[in-house]
Amino acid sequence: MNDLHQLTISQAHQLLKEKKTSSVELTKAILARLAKVEDKVHACITITEAAALEQAKEADKSISSGKIKPLTGIPALIKDVMCTRGVKTTCSSKILENFVPPYDATVIEKLKADKTVILGKTNMDEFAMGSSTENSAFFPTLNPWDLDRVPGGSSGGSAVAVATDEAIYALGSDTGGSIRQPAGFCSVVGLKPTYGRVSRFGLVAFASSLDQIGPLTKNVADCALVMNVIAGHDPRDSTSAPYPVPDYTKALIPDVKNLHLGIPKEYFVEGMQKEVRASMEAAINKLEELGAKVGRDASLPLTKYALAVYYILAPSEASANLARYDGVKYGFSFQDTNNMWEAMEKTKQFGFGAEVKRRIMLGTYALSAGYYDAYYLKAQKVRTLIRRDFDQAFEKYDALITPTSPTVPFKLGEKVDDPVQMYLSDVCTLPINIAGLPAISVPAGFADGLPIGMQIIGKPFDEETILHVAFAYEQSTDWHKRKPSI
Amino acid sequence: MKLSREEVQHIALLARLGLSEAEIEKFRIQLSDILENFEILKKVDTNDLPPTAQSIALQNVLRSDETKPSYPVKDIMENAPQREGNCFKTRAVLE
Repeated sequence: MNDLHQLTISQAHQLLKEKKTSSVELTKAILARLAKVEDKVHACITITEAAALEQAKEADKSISSGKIKPLTGIPALIKDVMCTRGVKTTCSSKILENFVPPYDATVIEKLKADKTVILGKTNMDEFAMGSSTENSAFFPTLNPWDLDRVPGGSSGGSAVAVATDEAIYALGSDTGGSIRQPAGFCSVVGLKPTYGRVSRFGLVAFASSLDQIGPLTKNVADCALVMNVIAGHDPRDSTSAPYPVPDYTKALIPDVKNLHLGIPKEYFVEGMQKEVRASMEAAINKLEELGAKVGRDASLPLTKYALAVYYILAPSEASANLARYDGVKYGFSFQDTNNMWEAMEKTKQFGFGAEVKRRIMLGTYALSAGYYDAYYLKAQKVRTLIRRDFDQAFEKYDALITPTSPTVPFKLGEKVDDPVQMYLSDVCTLPINIAGLPAISVPAGFADGLPIGMQIIGKPFDEETILHVAFAYEQSTDWHKRKPSI
Repeated sequence: MKLSREEVQHIALLARLGLSEAEIEKFRIQLSDILENFEILKKVDTNDLPPTAQSIALQNVLRSDETKPSYPVKDIMENAPQREGNCFKTRAVLE
């Protein structure tokens, strides 16, 4: 048998159900694992050990009385962008360093209702803005496959925690690739649901028309189990969709017969690493062997405009959302002045890091008088075309296959002072948020020991098909079984 | 598209974001660089196209007009940087 910390959700659930272990035992094993590897990878900002053990006891009581659900008693970590009642929620920002939310995000309420054990909060790029977790105001998180490299971002802490068995699963958020890109870089499974599938209530807002919460897990079956709990309509988020939630585990079918998969050629970009291309070709051949009909000439011609559209829309929405950090109601507050405007300006100057300031500036510019039509409105119109591009492709294909990132994880510091290069690392994931589609990243190989992820993109609210393709692929490969030696 | 120092300062003022001298110069160069990458959108014909604000077609979502208890005032005030009783304390808006 695996050590307890190595278990997946389904394995741990089985043991809990058969009373072969307890949630307290499982939680202690995970906390011991955390104590062992956290100094090397720095995935967590806050670890709530006492509260976790309390929750584990409660879960055990529930299990003894015969009440057990798939996530009951299972220890998880949460990206520090989701509000947790009574537990600091920092967004890896100095401006929220001491912020203690008075309420739980809807996803947290749902996890608690099923008695999952929350171990703490994970590191991220400040306000989820970044692709490497180097933009955390506190410390960078390191990639367990090579400690000189980034884990991706912005949900880098959550991806690393799952890769190193510091948690059985984790939640992340994804605005332009922030779940999928770190999942790819750390060789775990990460799903960004369709916009509106999961409630954003209690998710600290970055770009409200693009943000979604989703799972990071050790395998595809676990991803379906977490989706079963967090998906669904929430009256407190008026953009959450009032559609019924299927049982996602029903989508876990090991062959892909009768599925038509498209390979959009625009995603096999210039500058794409040759090992990534080779892994994708091998993965596509594998899917064909498993029975899929593959269209290698799929095309999404608007892809080349997605980066520009994203870096107008996301910063514009961010500049509006982040205007609330004025130092009056909560958060860091500059006190050494009697002038109201100066207090507000200095609060932001000393409270926000470089990338956040850069995006506030960019967004404010794109929304300002004289530039609104040329930038913001133009980007919204091209957004319409990008969505139509996908709609057209989905008339023919059931799902689309691309790499998650054009490269393997890059070195710490490599792109930190070059925003344009950093932004390019999300070139395969951004268009999906612009169109509001669901997409999953699954482990699809290695180049010199560094992970490569495959992205599977689905139709709106058709998470089932991408889970289906992901599961069939995973079952026929061993990539997800490899663990970093740490 | 090259931004001037004054333009950077003007944007910062609109955002009420304080910047150091070094940041003004750094952002002037970096933002100019990023804006140059946006020029590509000029090539797309968007005449007669509706803008997309968000990707699912939900409109006018309303809730019923019912009063419900709010969060306890005490909990909300816990995070106040400066307070007087149950009020947030701030600087004078009008001198």
